[in-house]
Amino acid sequence: MMVATKDMPLKEYVLKGNAACAGCQDMVALRHAHKALEGDVIQVVPACCTSVVQSLWPKSGLAIPVLNTAFPAAAATASGVRAALKAKGNDHTMVMVWAGDGGTFDIGLQALSGALERRTDFLYICYNNQVYSNTGTQRSSATPLHAKTTTTWFGKAETEKMLDLIVAAHEPVYQFTANTSYPRDFYDKIMKAKEHPGPKFGHIFLPCPQAWNYPVEKGVEIGKLAVETGYWIQWERIGEEFILGRQSKRFLDPEKRKPIDEYLKMQGRFSHLYKPTRDDKKIAEIEAFIQHRWDVVMRTFT
Amino acid sequence: MTISKDKIKIEGLTGDSAIAHALRQANLDVLAAYPITPQTIIVEDYQRFAADGEINAAVIPVESEHSAMSACVGASAVGGRVATASASAGLALMWEILYVAASMRMPIVFTVANRALSGPINIHNDHSDGMGMRDSGFIQLYCQSCQEAYDTTLMAFRLAEHHDILLPVMVGIDGFILSHNVERVEMLPDDEVEKFVGVRAPVDPLDPNNPLTMGPLALTDYYFEFKEQQDRAINRVPKVYKEVEAEFEKITGRKYGQFETYKTEDADIIIIAMSTMGGTAKVVADVLREKGEKVGVIRLKMFRPFPAEGIAKAVGNAKAVAIFEKAMSFGAAAHPLAMEVRTALYESKERPMILDFVVGLGGRDVPPTTFVEGIEKTKEYLKAGKAPKYETLGVRK
Repeated sequence: MMVATKDMPLKEYVLKGNAACAGCQDMVALRHAHKALEGDVIQVVPACCTSVVQSLWPKSGLAIPVLNTAFPAAAATASGVRAALKAKGNDHTMVMVWAGDGGTFDIGLQALSGALERRTDFLYICYNNQVYSNTGTQRSSATPLHAKTTTTWFGKAETEKMLDLIVAAHEPVYQFTANTSYPRDFYDKIMKAKEHPGPKFGHIFLPCPQAWNYPVEKGVEIGKLAVETGYWIQWERIGEEFILGRQSKRFLDPEKRKPIDEYLKMQGRFSHLYKPTRDDKKIAEIEAFIQHRWDVVMRTFT
Repeated sequence: MTISKDKIKIEGLTGDSAIAHALRQANLDVLAAYPITPQTIIVEDYQRFAADGEINAAVIPVESEHSAMSACVGASAVGGRVATASASAGLALMWEILYVAASMRMPIVFTVANRALSGPINIHNDHSDGMGMRDSGFIQLYCQSCQEAYDTTLMAFRLAEHHDILLPVMVGIDGFILSHNVERVEMLPDDEVEKFVGVRAPVDPLDPNNPLTMGPLALTDYYFEFKEQQDRAINRVPKVYKEVEAEFEKITGRKYGQFETYKTEDADIIIIAMSTMGGTAKVVADVLREKGEKVGVIRLKMFRPFPAEGIAKAVGNAKAVAIFEKAMSFGAAAHPLAMEVRTALYESKERPMILDFVVGLGGRDVPPTTFVEGIEKTKEYLKAGKAPKYETLGVRK
């Protein structure tokens, strides 16, 4: 049974007056993660939107202890936090990294790999808005094929890195994907993470109105379309056990997926695919990648 | 009361091993490190202590030095007593986090077997790594002997964790020359070390019951104030160092000061050198004095904060100061040690002639003859009344 919204704790850990942009889905994710953790957490944040949003001195945007550090350093810093907590006899506080896609897919990948391999008891959350938003929307290795960024003016020529497979190769105790359009599902996954000592990894799909160029109120809609077009797959892996998320289950069948145009057309970063006419070839490439990802995920995990 | 001799354990130890023993006795909470020559024995020995159940610390075998210093920051932020070790390229890879550690006021003890930087690839000693991090905000202490490496590592925790300081400390030993050479080391009994180093009392650690933000974003409106506080903290080091050393002297009878002077009182020419070069320089001074030449030595231990006033006073009325240093600052007005010394002496009433000899890069041996060559040149320059800005000695030209 999924948690009912009314059963989530009322206490807010994401404080008012933080520096987030209008429509920021990161705040939705943080809000639900912290409701699930209820304050018994130390959060490590590398350079990313979240660091700016919650730490602008002399204010604090989160009602929990936060350690902001350098871009490549999050997972290693968390290792140190966990080790010192253990040395001091604290085995209950969750150590959680909250990092963007740049700090995870790219510059933070080595430290993440190391921390997972050392079986660090922590939860690493990558909130993936598929671009270096904080520095002005440059491409990352999480940026999807044909998306425009300030460093890919005619769209990115390469497909995104399938990070989940890299993480899975480290065999974390618990791994999941989530999407801010399904906050109750995300809340439940954080609750589940609390039950599994050892390395845990959560990958959150997180639309960004600034970088993706859509009206600020459309974030939830876009997140849902990502699932309904099959672009984003909701799944969990508890040890070896793979669970295809109930939101994604029916879209395993390509016939049941909504046309990808519904998802792409809402976002300015893909507008060149429709101007002056629909670029059938490039859109077919995106569709092919979507199917390829489904194939790889299902083949690997089931 | 110095500790009675029957309680002191005397062993032949390499510099690395001496440091490992000091770390064992210092009751760390966390040690995080990545292997790099010639620091490796420190962590190998420490891991052996862990395997033998002699320590309770968590050892994090990280996947890079960047992660080593990052893990130290994380552990220190929670209030742990923390140490790491590195050298050369590893230290260079830490560079970003060195600044983070110092500015977040994390009292991490960082032992370094000083080694040249690439390229060409070289594993031997010089001070390029330490000099490269000199503006990071770390306190820097360079050691001449294995005994001093042991003693300094113990004192470093007291200095770093002192509430008037709260800064990371680098303890440097010359790679291979000290790190791998066996010397006689007197070790204190564990309980005496425990009494001396105590337990770290953190100021505002990360704690879910008392949430706070560390490492915030501070822009044009506040960043400078953080730096102002950091600057004040490092300037409080000499006073606290003196107190810590006095306490250490009480139990061991040993002290080193920010720098050591050797026959400088009446000296015409004073050699200034760091680390193991200090030992060679003292022997050279002895021999030259037998020949009637008034040569003295200042062996600098504390490079950061730099004891400028003390050095100026110790130089006194000498005619010349001959600096022997193992690092270059390419294209600079003077190389790192000479830059400090020249600045320190600028306000002296009668400024001595200052000679800057760059020696020993990449582990090139610095034998007594190199010092004699420098002294001979110094005498020539004194006679001529002028000297080159700097010179390299012991290199094919």
